[in-house]
Amino acid sequence: MSTRRLAEDQPASFEFTPENRAWLETQIAKYPDGRQASMVVPALWQAQKQNDNWLPQAAIEKVADALGMAKIRVLEIATFYSMFNLEPVGKYFVQLCGTTPCLLAGSDEIIEVLQRRVGPQRRVTDDGLFSWIEVECLGACCNAPMVQINDDYYEDLTAENFEKLLDNLAAGRPVKTGSQIGRISSEPVGKLTSLTSFYGDGAK
Amino acid sequence: MTKILVDGVEVDVPGDFTLLQACEQAGVEVPRFCYHERLSIAGNCRMCLVEVKGGPPKPQASCAMSVKDLRPGPNGAPPEVLTKSPMVKKAREGVMEFLLINHPLDCPICDQGGECDLQDQALVFGVDSSRYRENKRAVEDKYIGVLVKTEMTRCIHCTRCVRFTAEVAGTGDMGAIGRGEDMEITTYLESAMSSELQGNVADLCPVGALLPKPQNFRARPWEYQKTETIDVMDALGSAIRVDSRGREVMRILPRVNDLVNEEWISDKTRQIVDGLKTQRLDRPYIRENGRLRPASWQEALAAVAAKTKATSASRIGALVGDLAAVEETFALKLLAEQLGTPNVDCRQDDAKLDPKFGRASYLFNATVAGIEQAGAALIIGANPRKEAPVLNARIRKRWLRGDFKISLVGERPDLTYGYDYLGAGPESLLQFIRSAKPVEKLLVIVGQGALARDDGEAALTLAAQAAQSLGGLSEGWNGFSVLHTAAARVGALDLGFTPGAGGLDARAMAKTGALDLIFNLGADELAIEPGAFVVYIGAHGDRGAHRADVILPGAAYTEKSGLYVNTEGRVQRAFRVVFPPGEAREDWAVLRALSGALGNPLPFDSLAALRRRLVEAHPHFAQVDEIAKGEPAQVVALANHPAVAMKDPFVPAIQNFYFTNPIARASAVMAECSAVAQGRLAQAAE
Repeated sequence: MSTRRLAEDQPASFEFTPENRAWLETQIAKYPDGRQASMVVPALWQAQKQNDNWLPQAAIEKVADALGMAKIRVLEIATFYSMFNLEPVGKYFVQLCGTTPCLLAGSDEIIEVLQRRVGPQRRVTDDGLFSWIEVECLGACCNAPMVQINDDYYEDLTAENFEKLLDNLAAGRPVKTGSQIGRISSEPVGKLTSLTSFYGDGAK
Repeated sequence: MTKILVDGVEVDVPGDFTLLQACEQAGVEVPRFCYHERLSIAGNCRMCLVEVKGGPPKPQASCAMSVKDLRPGPNGAPPEVLTKSPMVKKAREGVMEFLLINHPLDCPICDQGGECDLQDQALVFGVDSSRYRENKRAVEDKYIGVLVKTEMTRCIHCTRCVRFTAEVAGTGDMGAIGRGEDMEITTYLESAMSSELQGNVADLCPVGALLPKPQNFRARPWEYQKTETIDVMDALGSAIRVDSRGREVMRILPRVNDLVNEEWISDKTRQIVDGLKTQRLDRPYIRENGRLRPASWQEALAAVAAKTKATSASRIGALVGDLAAVEETFALKLLAEQLGTPNVDCRQDDAKLDPKFGRASYLFNATVAGIEQAGAALIIGANPRKEAPVLNARIRKRWLRGDFKISLVGERPDLTYGYDYLGAGPESLLQFIRSAKPVEKLLVIVGQGALARDDGEAALTLAAQAAQSLGGLSEGWNGFSVLHTAAARVGALDLGFTPGAGGLDARAMAKTGALDLIFNLGADELAIEPGAFVVYIGAHGDRGAHRADVILPGAAYTEKSGLYVNTEGRVQRAFRVVFPPGEAREDWAVLRALSGALGNPLPFDSLAALRRRLVEAHPHFAQVDEIAKGEPAQVVALANHPAVAMKDPFVPAIQNFYFTNPIARASAVMAECSAVAQGRLAQAAE
C-alpha cells in the first residue's frame, strides 16, 4: 500500500440515483437516532458501485451530508479501506496478489502479462476496459497465483490461461470464476496425497 | 474504593480509575503520549505500559485498563501494578525505539525542543542508541489553518489533536487518513480549522508536529520569562501564562484553572501577541489645527488641566472601556467625584445592566464550573461560541454527557452542539416562559445581544422571570447568568461606575452638544460625535485615539498589574509582564498625575495604596480568586420589575470574533484569522 489521495480529476458533482437515494433513506432509517454514522461503509460502497467503481470527492461529501458526519470522518473511512477506489478504475479492475505464496507459484508471470497488455499499475486502458493494481494476500493461497477481478476470484493462473481470460473479458464472452484449471475450490491438484483412506468406522 | 498496590505502595482509589490514575495517586510517574485527562482514552501510543498481577500476564496499557479490571490474589491480596520491573523497562524501551524509528532527529531545528514530551521521555525511558538502519518515513506537511504550523514527519499518531477537535472544540476539523504506516493527520483536504479553540492543538501535541505558526522559529522555551496572569480578551478571565523575552511579549499559553478555563484558551487570547506591539501609543499627543502632534507629558497634562478648569462639572463626563482594570476604573471614579460630575458610565455598548438591581442581576451566577451541574439551558440573545469560546466548550462538555436540553432565543448560530430554536426575539421568549415546564437546575444565559438595546431592561426582566418560573432558582442553585463580553464590565459595575443622579449614560454622553469634556479610559467601541473635547487614556491607536483631542498613553493588559472581575464575579489578579513602551505609563498613574495637574491630587501614591482604598470602599475585591455570590432574592426582585419588551429580534453582540477590541484589531494574525473565517462564511453562503 502507499499513501492514498483523492484523484486529481474530479467530477463536478455526484448525485445518488433515485433508486439508490431511496435505498439510502430506508437504510438510514434502520439506525437509532444519532447513530447514523454507523451506516458510512455501506453508503460509500453504494456510491462507489454507482460511480463506475470509484469514489469521487463529491460522493464523499454527499455521504457526509446524508449521515450528518464531518467530512473528514468520511474521508478517514474512504482512505482507510483499500476496497474504496479513490481514482477511476477499468471496467475490469484486476487486483493481483503479489504476496509470497502467489509469487512462489508464479505471480510474476501474471504481472508480466498485465504490464504488457494493460500497462503500468493504476492506469486505465484507453478503451476503459482494464486497470490493475498489486495487492497484499487475498487469502486464496491454495490456488495461487490468483487475481481478483471486480467481485470475483480467478485462481490457478498461468500466463496462457490468464491471457485467454483477459481476451474473453475484453470480448464480452462469458468466463468461469474460480479455478482456471478445473479443480473444485481448493481440492488437491491431481490425486490425493493425504487422507487417502478412511479412518475407523468411516471405512465402511 | 478499591485497594491496589503500586510498586508496593498501597493506595485506595475508586474502581473506575484507570491504572494510570492509580499510579499518579501513588505518586508514580508513568510516561504517556496519547493519554490526556481531558480527552477520551485512545490507548494507541503504548508508552504507558505497566506490569500487572491479577490481570493478563503481559505488559498492559495503564491508560486503558481500570482498577476494577484486576482481580485480587488467591488469599485476597490486592492486585498489583509494577512500573519499575524489568518487564516494564524493556517494554518502554521497545515502544520508545519504535516511536523513534520514524521520528526525525531534527531536535536542533524544532521549536518544540526543550518542551517536547518525546525528547524528555526518550531521555528518561529510552535507550541511548539506535539499531535502525533503514530509510525513515517522510510525510507531506499540511495546511491546517493560520495558527498552527505542521511538520508532519514528526507526528507520532497520538491523535490528541483529532480527539480535541472532535470532543472539546466540537468542530471535528481534524482526522487521520490512510492507515498503518501511511496514516496521516490532516484536516479535510487541507482546509483551515474552523474552531475558535484551534490553537490548543499545538499545546496538546506532545512532539513538534503541530506548532504555533506565529511563534515559528522565534525563541527557545528556556529563554522565556514566565508570568502567570489573567486574560482580558473576553469576560471569562482565563488563566494564562505570558512568556516574555526582554521587553517583548513572545507568546501566551493557558494555565490550568478548573474553575474557569480548565486548560484551554481561545485563539484570540493566545495569538493577540503581535497586537501588543503594533499601533501603540508610546507618547502623549495633542490635537492642534485638526492634527495630532507629539507632546510632552507636561504639555499634555497642562492642556487637559486648562480645559477642565474652563468647564463646569455638569459638562464633564467619564467613560471606561472594556479592558480597564478595577484600580484605574476606581481612580477615574474618584476623579469624577472630585470634579463633581454624575456623568460616568462603563457600558459603552449601552447594555441595560445596572448595579441598582443588585450584584446578582449582572453576574453569571451559575458559575462556569456550575454549568456542569445544570439540568437544562436557555440561551437568550447570546452566541457563547463567539462571546466566550472556552465557556462554550464547557456547555458542550455538559451537553455531551447527555440529558441536557438547550433552548435558544436570538440569532441561529452553529454552537457545536444541538439546541431547540425558539425564535428570534423577546416574543418567543415570553411564549416559552408561559408554555414550558419547569426543570431542575435550569441555566439561563443572557447575552449582551439581548441587553444592549433600548428594551434591554425588559429582556433582563424576562430572563429573570424564566429563571424564576422554570426552575432556575432553587436551594443551592442560581441559574440566572449574564454572559459578559467585556473583561472590565463586572468590575466597573461592582464599583458603581454608572451615571449618578441626573447623570448621562454612555450613549447620551457621546451625542454632540451633550458634554464639553470627556475623559475616555479606553472606550473604543463607541463613536463619540464631534463637539466635546476628548481626553483619551489608552494603549492603542484605535477609534478612541482617532477621536481624541489629547492622548495620554496608557498600558496594555500585559503591562500593568490590576484586578479584573470575570463574568461570574470572580476577582482575579493580573500581573505586569513587561513595561509599557516609550513614555506610556500604567493607567492608574496617568490618572494620579492628571489629578495632580488639576491641583487636587488623588489620595494615593502607589498601586498598593490605591488598592487599599479600593478594598476599604469595596471589601469583596480583597477576596482574590473568590466569588462574592449574588443574592437570589435580587433575581426574584428583578423578575417582578415591570418592563415592556419590543418585538425586534435579538442581534448578536459580537459580529467578528477576531476584532472585538483595540489590541485584536492591531493584530495581523487576528486579521488573517478573520479573513479565513469570512471566506468560510462567504463559501457557506454560496
